[in-house]
Amino acid sequence: MKWDFSSVFANTDALVVGAAGTLHIFAICLVAGLSLGLVVGLGRYARTPWFRWPATAFVEFFRNTPVLVQILWFYFALPMLMPFEISPLAAAALGISLNSAAFSAEIYRGGIQSIEPGQWDGARALGMSWGQAMRRIILPQALKRMTPALTNRAIEIFKMSTLASAVAYVELLQQGKLIASLNYNPIEAYTTVAVIFFVFLWPMVQFTYVLERRLRRSE
Amino acid sequence: MTLLKVGGLTKKFGPQAVLRGIDLDVQPGERIAILGASGSGKSTLLRCLNFMEMPDSGTVALDDQVVGRRENELVKVRQRIGMVFQQFNLFPHMTAIGNVMEGLRTVRRFAKRDARARAEKELARVGLADKAETYPAHLSGGQKQRVAIARALAMDPELLLFDEPTSALDPELVGEVLNVIRALAEEGRTMLLVTHELGFAYHVATRVIFLADGTIHEQGTPDEVLKHPKKERTQAFLARHKEFSL
Amino acid sequence: MTYRWDFTPVLANAPLLAEGLVNTLKVTGVSLGCGLAIGLALALMRLSRHRLASWPAGFVIEVFRTTPPLVQLFWFFFALPLIVGLSMTPFLAACVTFSIQSAAFFAEVFRAGIQSIERGQWDGARAIGMTHGQALQRIILPQAVKRMIPAFMERAIELMKTTTLVATIAYADLLFAANELSQKTFRPLETYTVVALIYFVVIFLASQIARLLELRLARSGESTVH
Repeated sequence: MKWDFSSVFANTDALVVGAAGTLHIFAICLVAGLSLGLVVGLGRYARTPWFRWPATAFVEFFRNTPVLVQILWFYFALPMLMPFEISPLAAAALGISLNSAAFSAEIYRGGIQSIEPGQWDGARALGMSWGQAMRRIILPQALKRMTPALTNRAIEIFKMSTLASAVAYVELLQQGKLIASLNYNPIEAYTTVAVIFFVFLWPMVQFTYVLERRLRRSE
Repeated sequence: MTLLKVGGLTKKFGPQAVLRGIDLDVQPGERIAILGASGSGKSTLLRCLNFMEMPDSGTVALDDQVVGRRENELVKVRQRIGMVFQQFNLFPHMTAIGNVMEGLRTVRRFAKRDARARAEKELARVGLADKAETYPAHLSGGQKQRVAIARALAMDPELLLFDEPTSALDPELVGEVLNVIRALAEEGRTMLLVTHELGFAYHVATRVIFLADGTIHEQGTPDEVLKHPKKERTQAFLARHKEFSL
Repeated sequence: MTYRWDFTPVLANAPLLAEGLVNTLKVTGVSLGCGLAIGLALALMRLSRHRLASWPAGFVIEVFRTTPPLVQLFWFFFALPLIVGLSMTPFLAACVTFSIQSAAFFAEVFRAGIQSIERGQWDGARAIGMTHGQALQRIILPQAVKRMIPAFMERAIELMKTTTLVATIAYADLLFAANELSQKTFRPLETYTVVALIYFVVIFLASQIARLLELRLARSGESTVH
């Protein structure tokens, strides 16, 4: 059995295009997911049920449904209700971002809850509003603790970008499929794609370990 | 016939030398109390004897047979030596009688019925026959330690090692454990006892060893070491334990 | 023009969806079972003092945690058969991929669980002459496993969601059934909405059970490992 990577190397530009697509959707979903997650996470922590219940429903629904189902729903089902088409990028980004928002909302909630009540007391005693206390005292401390979990979430988002290939968005795996079908070399094609992902993700994973260690030492 | 012969035992933890050359002969029936300040190497010495810690150099011979370093030899040696820990180390997912039976069933491969019968005898010997089906979480410290002793005895050890058996107990529970150990001593069991209970050591031990700086600083009969210590450090140590009264 | 919802074609094909759900559960079940067994083996290899065991195990664990599941699935379905000369059904490829992937995750949970058992338990076991293997089997693992149950349940639920990936290699799971049905009835909105709800209900129930279990374990005084 001979492994022949030459056909893969001949298609480097296709892979580069794919990598660009992966990074593109990763960036969108990372920013959208983590910031929406913060809003929803704070909503979970709000005192009025008008914010709390929708936030809880959002989190429960998007954590307990598979991302691929959401992506396909946005791509095939939503257009029936909309007067416009939903692009593969939009559908995939919506699915992944909402899912990530739900998971990161829980990370934010856990981080905020882990700050001892005394900090709230201190802030309120100075006359700070809820918003000021959250912004100046609680969140800065909580964010430090949440960084490992949030970094893990980022790694998951990166891995989820491959799901966009299910709606033919041009990212790495989609290009891998293309190369494999054109050159009849699935072994080399998919191994290369796997290696590229490993090369991207390995430093991120190592970074998480370093972060966790530093956090444990400082606590 | 020397039961246990220790020659030139040394042990370092990182840069710290804890044992700097221990020579020790233990005859059958001897009860040796090992005293010393914290950090003097008492526990380490005991744990080297059944190879729970691996000595860096030196020899340990059981029944005139030097013990090698291979794991299957060490496993067999530990079956012949019983150890009782300061923190009891009972298995929380088994009842008292389950704990006592465990060595017999898994290590000596007794049938369940035989192991149980033997375990019942040992529990009765330490006065806990009625607690056989109780889990360690529902036993007092003194009861836990007595179960631990029963567990060690079930293996028919030639030698018993006690590593500060009462140090983790509330004062009112210490007596019940010491009584069990005293009864074992009166049966003529060979034992090494690391303890801070100097009064107990005086009455039960046949020999007392004082460890300092990783070597045997002074040894002799209880009268010699505890009542008339010759070396200054031994005297200083005993003076610090003023509650010791004879 | 507002859309007119019509769920009847979907409900009429309920058996198709039911079969899809059963297949989803089949893949989940098989992968979980194999993943547990392989995961334990990987954990023990990883903890071993012999580098011949710990390095390959570490390699497998890292690779399967650092590459996307869909890439792994494609590799096992398209690439492996050519290397080994065996033909792979989608079901087999799915089970192999998700078993090893779960195993990589479980290995870390096992490792944390075993390492969380206090050293005194090893002492107690070795002092009565147990071998390393006997101590592990009789004393350490029974205690460790209880602590790891929440993490296992978490992974099981995660796996139920990950199995949707098999629809991309044409295995007839629930999502694949949804795709087929949507094309057959020209009612993607109703189909995918119903399927999303089915997934939600099943997975939500499972996570509630997991939460209850964790509460009961916490009440009985067991510390847990994540």
